[in-house]
Amino acid sequence: MTLSSMLIGVAIMFAVTYSTRTLGLLLIRKPIRNRFIRSFLYYLPYSVLAVMVFPSMLFASVSLWAGIAGSLVALVLAFFRRGLLIVSLASIATVFFVEILLLFLC
Amino acid sequence: MRFSRGFKDGLPIALGYLPVSFAYAMRSISLGFPAWFPILVSATNFSGMGQVAGTNLIAQDATLGLLFATMLIINIRYMLMSISVSQHLAPRFPPWQRAIVAFGLTDENYALAMRRPQKLTFAYFLGLMSCSFSGWLGGTVLGVGLNAVLAQVLVGETGTQIYTIVTSAFGISLYAMFVAIIVPPARDDRPTLLLVLLTIAASCLFYFIPPLHRLPAGVDIIVCSVVCTAVVSLLFPHESAAEDEQKEEKSAQTDRREEKQ
Repeated sequence: MTLSSMLIGVAIMFAVTYSTRTLGLLLIRKPIRNRFIRSFLYYLPYSVLAVMVFPSMLFASVSLWAGIAGSLVALVLAFFRRGLLIVSLASIATVFFVEILLLFLC
Repeated sequence: MRFSRGFKDGLPIALGYLPVSFAYAMRSISLGFPAWFPILVSATNFSGMGQVAGTNLIAQDATLGLLFATMLIINIRYMLMSISVSQHLAPRFPPWQRAIVAFGLTDENYALAMRRPQKLTFAYFLGLMSCSFSGWLGGTVLGVGLNAVLAQVLVGETGTQIYTIVTSAFGISLYAMFVAIIVPPARDDRPTLLLVLLTIAASCLFYFIPPLHRLPAGVDIIVCSVVCTAVVSLLFPHESAAEDEQKEEKSAQTDRREEKQ
Protein backbone atom coordinates (compact mmCIF):
# COMPACT_ATOMS: atom_id res chain seq x y z
CA MET A 1 0.00 0.00 0.00
CA THR A 2 1.30 3.40 -0.96
CA LEU A 3 -0.26 6.81 -0.45
CA SER A 4 -1.30 7.01 -4.09
CA SER A 5 -2.81 3.51 -4.13
CA MET A 6 -4.89 4.44 -1.09
CA LEU A 7 -6.09 7.72 -2.61
CA ILE A 8 -6.90 6.21 -6.02
CA GLY A 9 -8.66 3.34 -4.22
CA VAL A 10 -10.87 5.71 -2.23
CA ALA A 11 -11.65 7.68 -5.39
CA ILE A 12 -12.82 4.52 -7.19
CA MET A 13 -14.86 3.39 -4.17
CA PHE A 14 -16.56 6.78 -3.99
CA ALA A 15 -17.22 7.03 -7.73
CA VAL A 16 -18.81 3.58 -7.99
CA THR A 17 -20.88 3.81 -4.79
CA TYR A 18 -22.18 7.28 -5.57
CA SER A 19 -23.06 6.55 -9.19
CA THR A 20 -25.12 3.48 -8.29
CA ARG A 21 -27.08 5.62 -5.83
CA THR A 22 -27.68 8.56 -8.17
CA LEU A 23 -28.63 6.85 -11.43
CA GLY A 24 -32.15 5.74 -10.50
CA LEU A 25 -32.99 9.02 -8.77
CA LEU A 26 -31.80 11.20 -11.64
CA LEU A 27 -33.05 9.12 -14.57
CA ILE A 28 -36.50 8.04 -13.38
CA ARG A 29 -38.72 11.06 -12.97
CA LYS A 30 -42.15 9.60 -13.65
CA PRO A 31 -44.26 7.31 -11.47
CA ILE A 32 -44.05 3.62 -12.44
CA ARG A 33 -47.54 2.17 -12.95
CA ASN A 34 -46.68 -1.47 -13.60
CA ARG A 35 -47.98 -3.60 -10.76
CA PHE A 36 -45.19 -6.16 -10.95
CA ILE A 37 -42.43 -3.54 -10.86
CA ARG A 38 -44.14 -1.76 -7.97
CA SER A 39 -44.33 -5.00 -5.96
CA PHE A 40 -40.77 -5.82 -6.88
CA LEU A 41 -39.51 -2.49 -5.57
CA TYR A 42 -41.57 -2.87 -2.40
CA TYR A 43 -40.20 -6.33 -1.54
CA LEU A 44 -36.63 -5.83 -2.71
CA PRO A 45 -34.98 -4.31 0.40
CA TYR A 46 -36.04 -7.20 2.65
CA SER A 47 -34.58 -9.70 0.24
CA VAL A 48 -31.29 -7.80 -0.20
CA LEU A 49 -30.79 -7.54 3.57
CA ALA A 50 -31.71 -11.22 4.06
CA VAL A 51 -29.04 -12.40 1.57
CA MET A 52 -26.41 -10.28 3.26
CA VAL A 53 -27.29 -11.48 6.77
CA PHE A 54 -27.78 -15.25 6.43
CA PRO A 55 -25.78 -17.37 6.66
CA SER A 56 -22.78 -14.93 6.85
CA MET A 57 -23.86 -13.65 10.28
CA LEU A 58 -23.26 -17.09 11.83
CA PHE A 59 -19.65 -17.06 10.64
CA ALA A 60 -18.89 -13.40 11.34
CA SER A 61 -17.27 -14.03 14.74
CA VAL A 62 -14.05 -15.80 15.67
CA SER A 63 -15.93 -18.86 16.96
CA LEU A 64 -19.04 -20.35 15.35
CA TRP A 65 -20.79 -20.73 18.72
CA ALA A 66 -20.48 -17.03 19.44
CA GLY A 67 -21.88 -16.26 15.99
CA ILE A 68 -24.86 -18.56 16.55
CA ALA A 69 -25.55 -17.12 20.01
CA GLY A 70 -25.31 -13.53 18.73
CA SER A 71 -27.64 -14.30 15.82
CA LEU A 72 -30.22 -15.96 18.07
CA VAL A 73 -30.26 -13.01 20.47
CA ALA A 74 -30.70 -10.60 17.55
CA LEU A 75 -33.54 -12.68 16.07
CA VAL A 76 -35.46 -13.00 19.35
CA LEU A 77 -35.14 -9.29 20.24
CA ALA A 78 -36.10 -8.21 16.70
CA PHE A 79 -39.12 -10.55 16.85
CA PHE A 80 -40.29 -8.65 19.93
CA ARG A 81 -39.79 -5.38 18.01
CA ARG A 82 -36.81 -3.96 19.87
CA GLY A 83 -35.09 -1.09 18.02
CA LEU A 84 -31.91 -1.11 15.95
CA LEU A 85 -29.68 -0.01 18.81
CA ILE A 86 -30.93 -2.50 21.42
CA VAL A 87 -30.70 -5.42 19.01
CA SER A 88 -27.23 -4.43 17.91
CA LEU A 89 -25.82 -3.85 21.42
CA ALA A 90 -27.32 -7.07 22.83
CA SER A 91 -25.86 -9.07 19.99
CA ILE A 92 -22.39 -7.49 20.43
CA ALA A 93 -22.50 -8.24 24.17
CA THR A 94 -23.54 -11.85 23.54
CA VAL A 95 -20.68 -12.48 21.10
CA PHE A 96 -18.24 -10.82 23.49
CA PHE A 97 -19.26 -12.90 26.52
CA VAL A 98 -19.49 -16.21 24.67
CA GLU A 99 -16.02 -15.69 23.22
CA ILE A 100 -14.54 -14.70 26.58
CA LEU A 101 -16.15 -17.80 28.08
CA LEU A 102 -14.69 -20.04 25.35
CA LEU A 103 -11.29 -18.40 25.81
CA PHE A 104 -11.21 -19.35 29.49
CA LEU A 105 -12.75 -22.81 29.05
CA CYS A 106 -10.39 -23.95 26.30
CA MET B 1 -42.61 16.03 6.53
CA ARG B 2 -40.11 18.25 8.21
CA PHE B 3 -36.43 18.15 9.03
CA SER B 4 -37.12 17.31 12.69
CA ARG B 5 -39.23 14.28 11.74
CA GLY B 6 -36.34 12.95 9.63
CA PHE B 7 -33.82 13.71 12.35
CA LYS B 8 -35.87 11.72 14.87
CA ASP B 9 -36.12 8.78 12.46
CA GLY B 10 -32.37 8.99 11.97
CA LEU B 11 -31.44 8.77 15.67
CA PRO B 12 -31.78 4.98 16.10
CA ILE B 13 -29.86 4.51 12.84
CA ALA B 14 -27.09 6.85 13.96
CA LEU B 15 -26.75 5.00 17.27
CA GLY B 16 -26.90 1.65 15.50
CA TYR B 17 -24.15 2.82 13.15
CA LEU B 18 -21.76 3.63 16.00
CA PRO B 19 -20.63 0.03 16.70
CA VAL B 20 -20.58 -0.80 12.97
CA SER B 21 -18.34 2.11 12.03
CA PHE B 22 -16.28 1.42 15.19
CA ALA B 23 -15.69 -2.09 13.86
CA TYR B 24 -14.79 -0.76 10.42
CA ALA B 25 -12.25 1.71 11.80
CA MET B 26 -10.61 -0.87 14.07
CA ARG B 27 -10.42 -3.37 11.24
CA SER B 28 -8.80 -0.87 8.85
CA ILE B 29 -6.15 0.07 11.39
CA SER B 30 -5.38 -3.59 12.07
CA LEU B 31 -4.90 -4.04 8.31
CA GLY B 32 -2.14 -1.42 8.50
CA PHE B 33 -3.91 1.73 7.26
CA PRO B 34 -3.07 5.14 8.73
CA ALA B 35 -5.72 6.75 10.97
CA TRP B 36 -6.97 9.19 8.30
CA PHE B 37 -7.82 6.42 5.85
CA PRO B 38 -10.98 4.92 7.43
CA ILE B 39 -12.19 8.44 8.24
CA LEU B 40 -11.79 9.55 4.61
CA VAL B 41 -13.54 6.39 3.34
CA SER B 42 -16.45 6.81 5.78
CA ALA B 43 -16.81 10.48 4.82
CA THR B 44 -16.94 9.77 1.08
CA ASN B 45 -18.62 6.35 0.84
CA PHE B 46 -21.16 6.06 3.68
CA SER B 47 -21.79 2.34 3.10
CA GLY B 48 -21.08 -0.65 5.34
CA MET B 49 -20.46 -3.74 3.19
CA GLY B 50 -18.89 -1.82 0.30
CA GLN B 51 -16.39 -0.03 2.52
CA VAL B 52 -15.23 -3.21 4.21
CA ALA B 53 -14.81 -5.05 0.89
CA GLY B 54 -13.04 -2.12 -0.81
CA THR B 55 -10.70 -1.57 2.13
CA ASN B 56 -9.73 -5.27 2.15
CA LEU B 57 -8.93 -5.13 -1.56
CA ILE B 58 -6.78 -2.01 -1.22
CA ALA B 59 -4.93 -3.68 1.67
CA GLN B 60 -4.22 -6.68 -0.57
CA ASP B 61 -2.91 -4.38 -3.35
CA ALA B 62 -5.62 -5.70 -5.69
CA THR B 63 -5.79 -4.33 -9.22
CA LEU B 64 -7.96 -1.26 -9.82
CA GLY B 65 -10.10 -3.27 -12.24
CA LEU B 66 -10.93 -5.82 -9.55
CA LEU B 67 -11.66 -3.05 -7.06
CA PHE B 68 -13.99 -1.37 -9.57
CA ALA B 69 -15.80 -4.61 -10.43
CA THR B 70 -16.24 -5.68 -6.80
CA MET B 71 -17.56 -2.29 -5.75
CA LEU B 72 -19.99 -2.32 -8.65
CA ILE B 73 -21.35 -5.78 -7.83
CA ILE B 74 -21.66 -5.13 -4.10
CA ASN B 75 -23.32 -1.77 -4.64
CA ILE B 76 -25.54 -2.51 -7.61
CA ARG B 77 -28.47 -3.03 -5.24
CA TYR B 78 -28.39 0.74 -4.59
CA MET B 79 -29.42 1.28 -8.20
CA LEU B 80 -32.64 -0.59 -7.49
CA MET B 81 -33.16 1.27 -4.20
CA SER B 82 -32.56 4.55 -5.98
CA ILE B 83 -35.28 3.72 -8.55
CA SER B 84 -37.55 2.73 -5.69
CA VAL B 85 -37.00 6.03 -3.83
CA SER B 86 -37.63 8.01 -7.03
CA GLN B 87 -41.21 6.73 -6.80
CA HIS B 88 -41.81 8.16 -3.33
CA LEU B 89 -40.53 11.70 -3.70
CA ALA B 90 -42.70 14.73 -3.06
CA PRO B 91 -43.45 16.82 -6.17
CA ARG B 92 -40.94 19.53 -7.22
CA PHE B 93 -37.75 17.66 -6.45
CA PRO B 94 -35.00 19.32 -8.56
CA PRO B 95 -31.92 17.33 -9.71
CA TRP B 96 -29.50 18.99 -7.25
CA GLN B 97 -31.66 17.87 -4.35
CA ARG B 98 -31.84 14.38 -5.82
CA ALA B 99 -28.05 14.36 -6.09
CA ILE B 100 -27.74 15.17 -2.37
CA VAL B 101 -30.35 12.58 -1.33
CA ALA B 102 -28.48 9.95 -3.40
CA PHE B 103 -25.35 10.36 -1.27
CA GLY B 104 -27.16 9.25 1.88
CA LEU B 105 -29.04 6.33 0.36
CA THR B 106 -27.81 3.57 2.69
CA ASP B 107 -29.69 0.32 3.33
CA GLU B 108 -30.93 1.57 6.69
CA ASN B 109 -31.92 5.10 5.60
CA TYR B 110 -33.71 3.58 2.65
CA ALA B 111 -35.56 0.96 4.71
CA LEU B 112 -36.69 3.53 7.28
CA ALA B 113 -37.75 6.18 4.76
CA MET B 114 -39.79 3.63 2.82
CA ARG B 115 -41.77 2.72 5.94
CA ARG B 116 -43.24 6.25 5.94
CA PRO B 117 -46.63 6.34 4.25
CA GLN B 118 -46.17 9.98 3.14
CA LYS B 119 -44.38 11.28 0.07
CA LEU B 120 -40.83 12.09 1.11
CA THR B 121 -39.62 15.69 1.17
CA PHE B 122 -36.11 17.09 0.82
CA ALA B 123 -36.20 18.44 4.39
CA TYR B 124 -37.11 14.99 5.72
CA PHE B 125 -34.18 13.40 3.89
CA LEU B 126 -31.79 16.09 5.10
CA GLY B 127 -32.82 15.43 8.71
CA LEU B 128 -32.63 11.64 8.35
CA MET B 129 -29.34 11.61 6.51
CA SER B 130 -27.47 14.30 8.41
CA CYS B 131 -28.31 12.48 11.64
CA SER B 132 -27.30 9.00 10.49
CA PHE B 133 -24.22 10.34 8.67
CA SER B 134 -23.02 12.00 11.89
CA GLY B 135 -23.33 8.63 13.63
CA TRP B 136 -21.40 6.91 10.85
CA LEU B 137 -18.57 9.42 10.65
CA GLY B 138 -18.48 9.99 14.41
CA GLY B 139 -18.31 6.25 15.03
CA THR B 140 -15.38 5.93 12.65
CA VAL B 141 -13.46 8.72 14.39
CA LEU B 142 -14.22 7.20 17.80
CA GLY B 143 -13.19 3.78 16.52
CA VAL B 144 -9.80 5.13 15.44
CA GLY B 145 -9.37 6.67 18.90
CA LEU B 146 -10.57 3.59 20.77
CA ASN B 147 -8.21 1.45 18.73
CA ALA B 148 -5.26 3.54 19.84
CA VAL B 149 -6.34 3.23 23.49
CA LEU B 150 -6.92 -0.54 23.28
CA ALA B 151 -3.58 -1.08 21.59
CA GLN B 152 -1.95 0.66 24.58
CA VAL B 153 -3.96 -1.19 27.23
CA LEU B 154 -4.20 -4.69 25.79
CA VAL B 155 -0.65 -5.94 25.53
CA GLY B 156 0.77 -9.46 25.77
CA GLU B 157 -0.86 -12.69 24.60
CA THR B 158 -4.12 -12.43 26.58
CA GLY B 159 -4.33 -8.77 25.59
CA THR B 160 -4.14 -9.63 21.90
CA GLN B 161 -6.78 -12.34 22.32
CA ILE B 162 -9.14 -9.94 24.05
CA TYR B 163 -8.49 -7.33 21.36
CA THR B 164 -9.46 -9.91 18.68
CA ILE B 165 -12.63 -10.73 20.63
CA VAL B 166 -13.61 -7.06 20.92
CA THR B 167 -13.19 -6.54 17.16
CA SER B 168 -15.07 -9.76 16.45
CA ALA B 169 -17.94 -8.77 18.76
CA PHE B 170 -18.33 -5.33 17.13
CA GLY B 171 -18.22 -7.03 13.73
CA ILE B 172 -21.63 -8.66 14.30
CA SER B 173 -23.39 -5.31 14.79
CA LEU B 174 -23.92 -4.65 11.07
CA TYR B 175 -25.76 -7.95 10.71
CA ALA B 176 -27.75 -7.44 13.91
CA MET B 177 -29.03 -4.12 12.62
CA PHE B 178 -30.21 -5.76 9.39
CA VAL B 179 -32.01 -8.41 11.46
CA ALA B 180 -33.80 -5.64 13.38
CA ILE B 181 -34.98 -4.17 10.06
CA ILE B 182 -36.27 -7.34 8.38
CA VAL B 183 -37.80 -9.35 11.23
CA PRO B 184 -40.75 -7.11 12.28
CA PRO B 185 -42.26 -6.76 8.75
CA ALA B 186 -41.68 -10.48 8.12
CA ARG B 187 -43.60 -11.21 11.30
CA ASP B 188 -46.58 -9.11 10.22
CA ASP B 189 -46.82 -9.92 6.52
CA ARG B 190 -46.92 -13.49 5.15
CA PRO B 191 -45.51 -12.77 1.65
CA THR B 192 -42.60 -10.85 3.20
CA LEU B 193 -41.90 -13.80 5.52
CA LEU B 194 -41.98 -16.17 2.54
CA LEU B 195 -39.62 -13.86 0.64
CA VAL B 196 -37.15 -13.71 3.53
CA LEU B 197 -37.15 -17.51 4.00
CA LEU B 198 -36.80 -18.12 0.25
CA THR B 199 -33.92 -15.66 0.05
CA ILE B 200 -32.12 -17.27 2.99
CA ALA B 201 -32.45 -20.70 1.34
CA ALA B 202 -30.98 -19.33 -1.90
CA SER B 203 -28.25 -17.52 0.00
CA CYS B 204 -27.29 -20.78 1.77
CA LEU B 205 -26.90 -22.47 -1.63
CA PHE B 206 -24.41 -19.78 -2.62
CA TYR B 207 -22.62 -20.05 0.69
CA PHE B 208 -22.29 -23.81 1.07
CA ILE B 209 -21.86 -25.04 -2.52
CA PRO B 210 -18.14 -24.54 -3.25
CA PRO B 211 -18.25 -23.45 -6.94
CA LEU B 212 -20.97 -20.90 -6.11
CA HIS B 213 -19.09 -19.76 -3.00
CA ARG B 214 -16.05 -18.91 -5.10
CA LEU B 215 -18.02 -16.33 -7.13
CA PRO B 216 -17.04 -12.74 -6.29
CA ALA B 217 -18.77 -11.24 -3.23
CA GLY B 218 -21.87 -9.36 -4.35
CA VAL B 219 -22.90 -11.73 -7.15
CA ASP B 220 -24.89 -13.75 -4.59
CA ILE B 221 -26.57 -10.57 -3.32
CA ILE B 222 -27.84 -9.48 -6.71
CA VAL B 223 -28.77 -12.96 -8.04
CA CYS B 224 -30.61 -14.19 -4.91
CA SER B 225 -32.44 -10.94 -4.26
CA VAL B 226 -33.57 -10.35 -7.84
CA VAL B 227 -34.75 -13.93 -8.42
CA CYS B 228 -36.53 -14.33 -5.04
CA THR B 229 -38.13 -10.88 -5.16
CA ALA B 230 -39.37 -11.51 -8.70
CA VAL B 231 -40.92 -14.84 -7.68
CA VAL B 232 -42.71 -13.37 -4.65
CA SER B 233 -43.84 -10.29 -6.60
CA LEU B 234 -45.41 -12.55 -9.24
CA LEU B 235 -47.14 -14.75 -6.65
CA PHE B 236 -48.26 -11.99 -4.27
CA PRO B 237 -48.31 -8.61 -6.01
CA HIS B 238 -48.12 -6.08 -3.22
CA GLU B 239 -49.48 -2.65 -4.00
CA SER B 240 -52.68 -2.40 -5.98
CA ALA B 241 -53.78 0.94 -7.37
CA ALA B 242 -56.60 1.12 -4.83
CA GLU B 243 -54.24 0.72 -1.90
CA ASP B 244 -52.14 3.48 -3.33
CA GLU B 245 -54.94 5.99 -3.32
CA GLN B 246 -55.76 5.13 0.29
CA LYS B 247 -52.12 5.54 1.11
CA GLU B 248 -52.04 9.01 -0.34
CA GLU B 249 -55.14 10.03 1.57
CA LYS B 250 -53.67 8.62 4.78
CA SER B 251 -50.46 10.48 4.10
CA ALA B 252 -52.34 13.77 3.76
CA GLN B 253 -54.06 13.11 7.10
CA THR B 254 -50.84 12.21 8.85
CA ASP B 255 -49.23 15.37 7.52
CA ARG B 256 -52.07 17.49 8.86
CA ARG B 257 -51.84 15.79 12.27
CA GLU B 258 -48.12 16.40 12.42
CA GLU B 259 -48.58 20.07 11.51
CA LYS B 260 -50.93 20.49 14.49
CA GLN B 261 -48.50 18.99 16.99
